[in-house]
Amino acid sequence: MIIMQISSCNKKTSWILELIVWLVVVVSVVSSAAPELRSDINHNPYEIKIELTPLNEIDRLVFAQLQKLGIEPANICSDAVFIRRAYLDVLGTLPTGKEAIAFLKDTSSGKREALIDQLLKRNEFTDYWTMKWCDVLRVKAEFPINLWPNATQAYHRWIHTAIGNNMPYDQFVRELLTANGSNFRVGSVNFYRAMQSKEPLGIAQIVALTFMGERAEKWPKERLTGMAGFFSQLNYKATQEWKEEIVYFDSSMTNKEGVVTRSAVFPDGTVVQFLPNKDPRELFSDWLISPKNPWFARNVVNRVWAWLLGRGIIHEPDDIRTDNPPSNPALLAYLEKELINAKWDLKHIYRLILTSRTYQLSSVPKSNNPAAEANFARYPLRRVEAEVLIDALNQITGTTEKYTSAVPEPFTFIPDDQRSIALPDGSITSSFLEQFGRPSRDTGLESERNNRVTADQRLHMLNSSHIQRKLEQGPKMQYLLKKTSSPREVIGGLYLMILSRPPTEKELQAVQKYSQSSGLKGREAAIDLAWALINSSEFLYRH
Amino acid sequence: MSLNQDNRTMIGINDLPVTRREAIRRTLLGMTGLMLADHLVPSVQAVTRPATAKSVIQIWMWGGPPNLDTFDPKPEAGNDYCGPLTKPIETNVSGIRICELLPELAKQADKYSILRGMTHGINGHETAAYQVQTGRKPGDGQVYPGTGAVVSFFKGYEAGYKGLIPPYIVLTELQGRFSEAGFLGSRAKPFATGGDPSQNPFVVEGVVAKGITEKRQRDRRELLDNLNTLAQVQKEDPSLQAAEKCKQQAYDLILGDAGKVFDLSQEKDAMRDQYGRTTFGQACLMARRLVEKGVPYVTINYKGWDTHKQHFQAMRRNLPILDKGMAMLLKDLSDRGLLGSTIVWWGGEFGRTPKVQWEPPWNGGRGHYGKAFCHVVAGGGFKGGRVVGATNATGEEVKERPIYPPDLISSMYELLGIDTNAKLPHPQGLDVRVMAAKAEGMETAGRLTEIM
Repeated sequence: MIIMQISSCNKKTSWILELIVWLVVVVSVVSSAAPELRSDINHNPYEIKIELTPLNEIDRLVFAQLQKLGIEPANICSDAVFIRRAYLDVLGTLPTGKEAIAFLKDTSSGKREALIDQLLKRNEFTDYWTMKWCDVLRVKAEFPINLWPNATQAYHRWIHTAIGNNMPYDQFVRELLTANGSNFRVGSVNFYRAMQSKEPLGIAQIVALTFMGERAEKWPKERLTGMAGFFSQLNYKATQEWKEEIVYFDSSMTNKEGVVTRSAVFPDGTVVQFLPNKDPRELFSDWLISPKNPWFARNVVNRVWAWLLGRGIIHEPDDIRTDNPPSNPALLAYLEKELINAKWDLKHIYRLILTSRTYQLSSVPKSNNPAAEANFARYPLRRVEAEVLIDALNQITGTTEKYTSAVPEPFTFIPDDQRSIALPDGSITSSFLEQFGRPSRDTGLESERNNRVTADQRLHMLNSSHIQRKLEQGPKMQYLLKKTSSPREVIGGLYLMILSRPPTEKELQAVQKYSQSSGLKGREAAIDLAWALINSSEFLYRH
Repeated sequence: MSLNQDNRTMIGINDLPVTRREAIRRTLLGMTGLMLADHLVPSVQAVTRPATAKSVIQIWMWGGPPNLDTFDPKPEAGNDYCGPLTKPIETNVSGIRICELLPELAKQADKYSILRGMTHGINGHETAAYQVQTGRKPGDGQVYPGTGAVVSFFKGYEAGYKGLIPPYIVLTELQGRFSEAGFLGSRAKPFATGGDPSQNPFVVEGVVAKGITEKRQRDRRELLDNLNTLAQVQKEDPSLQAAEKCKQQAYDLILGDAGKVFDLSQEKDAMRDQYGRTTFGQACLMARRLVEKGVPYVTINYKGWDTHKQHFQAMRRNLPILDKGMAMLLKDLSDRGLLGSTIVWWGGEFGRTPKVQWEPPWNGGRGHYGKAFCHVVAGGGFKGGRVVGATNATGEEVKERPIYPPDLISSMYELLGIDTNAKLPHPQGLDVRVMAAKAEGMETAGRLTEIM
């Protein structure tokens, strides 16, 4: 507790200023907002009724397919839903009350697109998407992969830098696949260490999963054996330094029978011979990242789509195979073409998706057609991920988490204001992250992350001392309660901080009734309101 | 305490009444060493007996307890091995001696069996903890679930368990460096209570909140329902409906009767005193209350046994706490007729170096030691008053009847009626069985048929 308060003092000045500025605005928004911001009693605050016209090619392809299937798409989401959704999806971060108000009050016509452009440039984008890639690339220090802390930091830093610089995706993959050097100094070599089997077959299987989206265990055996040849000259050796390991091309490597491999087969069936002076991983990489490769672009655009819209055009996104066809082949082909034409700039794909009408659809469905989900007729409800959830709770209350690593090799010191989405090591001990389904990063499968709601998660949110302490003692909460005079201000402030929108009339009445009937003092009633809001589906889900 | 003939003869391994097969096996072992063991006994056997055990209480000695200073004393080995603990005491089973700091457990020795032949040879915490609790070797690309996840899978909701209390409880914190659930994923994760059962109230994270009255709980719940606007708009959404069901279950624990199992003040003061008013002692009492309610698997994660330095000071401090709590747990389970259906399993990831490290920087510590260590099992169909396996004069080598982790785990599964050849649900659909087949390379010396 002491540590938490000291650390929050450092950050205090910035959010106090922030609070003062926007609390003044809160009152005006809550009591005299423009009509589209004030949701009336009979209408929900989540959608607006405007005509659904395509904004870009994605929309034309999605809407055409929906029309063909006779599925009615959802309405467009409200501004309040959009800002919250965009922040959570692009940054893994909740908008602050101030950011929410600024967006809600903005009357310019292109503000949604402008917001996306602004978000794509923020540092949290790098943190959050590094976290996603670290799931896929299995970045964790401990058992069973045993990357160890130093190398984990180096690996994470390499990925973070690449994403921060928006390294073209083909180069990103080529560097991972062809890396040589020390696990401490060349972060990318840890790709070949972050796998349990370091035999050519095991490596080939991981490469197929990661960059082709295919599960090689479903392949004919000879295809995997053929591909494994490209990884047959990869060797590992220890150095004098504790836990340092060099990953390198070794042309004299032999297989179990003592034979040096000098040929391999691409997954498309093409046989290649290689010379002793040429690292066969380079041959494989060049084949893989070619614009003509049928797997490479498809895998990554499908993953990005799934990350943003909750479901792949091919579903599951890492189970691509001929008997698992895309729900909208034209859409997938369009995105592949766009990525290649944009010289593998993934942010271009993010932007295309995020500025589409399809992305702006409300989560309130209009169709109960069973094919609606697979054809993106609404924005799907998804529980907020573990790391994003705890960061949001900390942001609202002005608190932090204490993360430590029990491994003394070397001991990892983690600053108090460390955000969970920026944790480099997937094996940092945290019962909250475990409980809310953080992936174990053992296999790199997307399904490792579990966003299912369980009874013990509900117990934790409803009634744990961990959450209760944040609400009752969190400095930001305390400050809000002390500095605001009218109940309306407090209510408006909490709604904006937690749900990124002002309350509806109906909600205002319910809260006021509660503070009268419960017999609680103002402060306790306000804490109960904050408690109710963080336990609402609207807070716990992306919607 | 009168002993039957059977008990007495089981004391020394050389005196064991053995089957013909066993006798042949021992002879062979004697001649060719322990390596042969796995060729003689298949590691996977079909379940042949009706299940006797319904629940497991695992006392997990995180860090690794010493064998010499607990259940395998070697007073003749001298100061280099024994340090100051040179006077083991007789138990209520004649011929079995245990450490002088465990007088209460000495009175309950007829209820448990000591496994002195435990071995796996691993000296790293994570890998050893993994092997002891999964019965698997690391490195084949899978992270196997621990015994708690397996037992609560076969005895939990999928098997008709109806309790509101989750079927796998950890008192009070997760192990942290061991993935209890493995590839079974979050549905198989244990519920960790948090809090401290020796405090009043025992604040079970999420179930028992301090300072929130029942009225306020009910008022809050109503407020949440009134303000849950998205859920009102999307009544038909299946994921929100599932979340609502979870919320109802949570409230059944918070406000209903089920959560009262955690209210230790329902126990008589005298009973609480007998367990010891310590975190461990009250955790033992808590474990008894949980199995009484039918919870299939309870782990008491007892930390503090990684005694590299000041080892003997730590033993003088901690063993009396262990002694009181565990002895009372065995007695209480027995008095209530629960011992026959509850396995109590005591042990850690490995033992500690029998040779004391007197040199700096340890100055009287014991290091990690996976070559020979001991575990204790009681109840659920395991016979009491026996010793299985033996170490040499210094406790450094297993001299007779090695017991590998899968031997112990398979034995518990057999008593629980869990078929070790049954399939486990695997996320990629691989064919994975409860225990490894012989071909998968795990060393084994067979189930603990001597005490089953």
